[in-house]
Amino acid sequence: MKEIIKLSAVEIRDKVLAKELSAKQVCTAFIEQIKKNEKYNAVLEVFEDAVFKAEEIDKKISSGFSGKLAGVPIIIKDNILYKGKICSCSSKFLENYVAQYDSTVVKKLLQEGAIILGRANMDEFAMGSSTENSAFGVTHNPIDFDRVPGGSSGGSACAVALDMCPIALGTETGGSVRQPASYCGVYGLKPSYGRISRYGIVAFASSLDQVGIFSKNVQDNALMLEVIAGKDENDSTSANEKVENYTQELGGNVASFKVGVPKEILQMSKGLPCENNIKNFLEFLKAKKIEIVDVSIKEIGLGLATYYIIAPAEAASNLARFDGVKYTTRSKNARNLQEIYKKSRSEGFGKEVKRRIMLGNYVLSSGFYDAYYKKAKAVQNELIKQFDDAFKQCDIIVLPTTIGTAYKIGSKSNNPVDTYKEDIFTVTANIAGLPSLSIPFGKGENNLPLGVQLMAKKFDEKSIYKLAKFIESSLGE
Amino acid sequence: MQYDVIIGLEVHAELKTESKCFCSCKNEYGSSPNRNCCPVCMALPGALPVLNKKAVEQTIRAGLALGFEINQTAIFERKNYFYPDLSKAYQISQLEKPICINGHLKVFDKEIPINRIHLEEDAGKLIHQDDLSMIDYNRCGVPLIELVTDALVEPHIETADEAIEFLTKLRQIYIYAGVADCEMEKGQMRADVNISLRPKGSKEFGTKVEMKNIMGFKSIHRAINYEIERQKEILDDGGVIVQETRKWDNDKGESYSLRTKENAEDYRYFPDPDLLAVNISNEEIQKIKESMPLLPDQLKKVFLEEYGLNEYDSDVILANKEVSDLYRACLEMYFQPKSVANWFTTEILARIKAEDKIQIDKENLVWIIKSVDEKKIRRNAAKDLLSYIWGTGLNAEAEAKKQGIMADMSSDAVFEILDKVLQEKASVVDQFKQEQDPKILNYLVGQVMKETRGKANAQEVMEKLKERLS
Repeated sequence: MKEIIKLSAVEIRDKVLAKELSAKQVCTAFIEQIKKNEKYNAVLEVFEDAVFKAEEIDKKISSGFSGKLAGVPIIIKDNILYKGKICSCSSKFLENYVAQYDSTVVKKLLQEGAIILGRANMDEFAMGSSTENSAFGVTHNPIDFDRVPGGSSGGSACAVALDMCPIALGTETGGSVRQPASYCGVYGLKPSYGRISRYGIVAFASSLDQVGIFSKNVQDNALMLEVIAGKDENDSTSANEKVENYTQELGGNVASFKVGVPKEILQMSKGLPCENNIKNFLEFLKAKKIEIVDVSIKEIGLGLATYYIIAPAEAASNLARFDGVKYTTRSKNARNLQEIYKKSRSEGFGKEVKRRIMLGNYVLSSGFYDAYYKKAKAVQNELIKQFDDAFKQCDIIVLPTTIGTAYKIGSKSNNPVDTYKEDIFTVTANIAGLPSLSIPFGKGENNLPLGVQLMAKKFDEKSIYKLAKFIESSLGE
Repeated sequence: MQYDVIIGLEVHAELKTESKCFCSCKNEYGSSPNRNCCPVCMALPGALPVLNKKAVEQTIRAGLALGFEINQTAIFERKNYFYPDLSKAYQISQLEKPICINGHLKVFDKEIPINRIHLEEDAGKLIHQDDLSMIDYNRCGVPLIELVTDALVEPHIETADEAIEFLTKLRQIYIYAGVADCEMEKGQMRADVNISLRPKGSKEFGTKVEMKNIMGFKSIHRAINYEIERQKEILDDGGVIVQETRKWDNDKGESYSLRTKENAEDYRYFPDPDLLAVNISNEEIQKIKESMPLLPDQLKKVFLEEYGLNEYDSDVILANKEVSDLYRACLEMYFQPKSVANWFTTEILARIKAEDKIQIDKENLVWIIKSVDEKKIRRNAAKDLLSYIWGTGLNAEAEAKKQGIMADMSSDAVFEILDKVLQEKASVVDQFKQEQDPKILNYLVGQVMKETRGKANAQEVMEKLKERLS
């Protein structure tokens, strides 16, 4: 039999339900693996009660319980609330903040019998592309220790890649799941905006944020989406769209699929490390008799600029509640109200977070609002329209996930704009609210993993999974 | 110099709803601190607002009562500023697309144009105790409507009296429409006033000065007059009005500058990405229209034309919705508009003025009024009875019987006594026959009343007496 930590989530669930394995056994094995790999700093805290919860699941199974994730160990990003557990967003400001309620996703995980093992490291408040912005130290790349795992959900990506759990949750605002998935060689889904409830996810940019899923294979990813997707009365922006049985749809025929390649993307990737890889990918699809069509998303190049206006603007407002008054750490040097605000926020937030708060307040300030925020929203609408048009000609649009492979820790930390450019291929899915899955494909420099994205129409995750499963199977042949 | 005064009003009123604007916490005044709170109104990380549809409905209702157009699509925006009682550090409000636009309200003989009513959430409350400042978030998230008059369009509010009349009528309309309770002492209705002066006849607007959150109509009246005089003096001396926000100190009877335009806050408004645009259908508006209760002006018409009341009585009864509700309830049981109104404008109002609360139900009140009309109780005895049972929950009829004040003797029994008195007082009767002095008649009636211990109807006795002696 395979080592427990190498099993997929589906395999674990089936074995636990069949009592071939106990949830406790599974849980212990993965916790051991986390401990063995502590030096990667992927997991900030292993929840002490995880084994106890696993025992409870075993008991429940004995009395007839059967959940879609029964006994499956999950690691969650440290901005997802799990009642009674610290949720720090990798910020000193929330270092000791204990969640007062369960996020909707956590509630759904628990209902289906999942065991939440711990919380994963991230860039502070999900701002960053390398996990270097964590107040609790960088996470290391699982393949090359000197490199970044990507970010902001770097801890979750690394944990899955190093078999610390079969599935981990991250969050996305501009690529924070797909980019680390690409750097770590795993699957990373950013679902359609509104697909998964944001209730209980510490907000970064509300109109772009979505929970994302890391897995080692397509089936596990689909299973997770099945469990956590759906309309939530606590989140007005969650969509009233049918959640399909994604796992049942895998393995279907994709012969009729048309895959679109935006010509602007081929242009943008010229000379970049990802150029050959995306070409190889298209050749691979052609060889598998998938029809490739040229499409155009004229303003796709404006995605990044649009993103760095909308996201900081919303962040500046969302993070204003961390003011040292209620639950964030209050500065010991504050002597009056103004100082509580100024000193607590100056001391509590890291550099990158402060940079984005200032950027956001700037673009929202009177006199600049029309020039920046309003214009960015107009570009957003235009991009949505252009994607709608492109999807009239194809089912899936492919893009590189990243410019290249994972970079060296510290190599970009002096130039924030360089790290912003990391998001160039991922942000458009967030701006347009579309689902996108990064799948591991090919190798780049130093034999490090690369990824490509499969994007689909809003709420058509089903097509993405179908094609991804086909590619996964073909690659395995 | 002579000046034109232009007064603009911004009026906040807390909506009457079961729950808060964006969460399901109770919208309730007077609970112990931080009792009506949840992750949403406390702004815990990860919490999201969900719009209370009832609050939108109430805002539409307020708009319809004041002749507003209702926007088919309304948007919520964030107004960003830091203050400890504002848990999220932004207030969810409306800027570009409020729910109601372009309304009006008649003040004396002017139709005052109103720019908008928008829906927003209230902030919490700070409680200062010795060295300690504490926050009560109970009020945080309570739905609030803000009405803004359109001072750019004529006719303007020009005097303190007009401003107070506007506020009084507005308050009455909100209360009658069931939109808000507007209890001033609970801070459920608050007004900001802005005032500018310009030389008489000038078309250009002067610099406006804003006065924030003045509590109570009397203070507002004083503050307006103070500010008009202050600006007049400055202008007469050749000075320039500074655009600023001033705070009214009612104890001192003067105002002081809070901040000037240069220091004005930039609220960095933008559409709240956590909330969807609100779509309001014509059907929905129609439904609210149909469920709209009668408003003061409509009721007044009924009072004048159908009930035949005079202007004064109508106004007095309508001034207080509880009073007019009880009045109309009484009429449903006993349709004698004038006779009932008579009791309301005298007895009921006097008691409410003293106690601020109606403490009698319609059944007992109608019984008393009807008994007087039917001459079963003398008016004075009835008034005493009303006082006696007011606020006690006692039954009027049972009490009247117990006290023996009912004219419950049959006419025959009374006439028997009358005959007896006439026999006993034969000499007085003779005297009357000679002198025809009405005083003697009164004396005889008095004797009958005495014999019956007040249970007879004096008027009836008088008529019978005259008949006998004629």
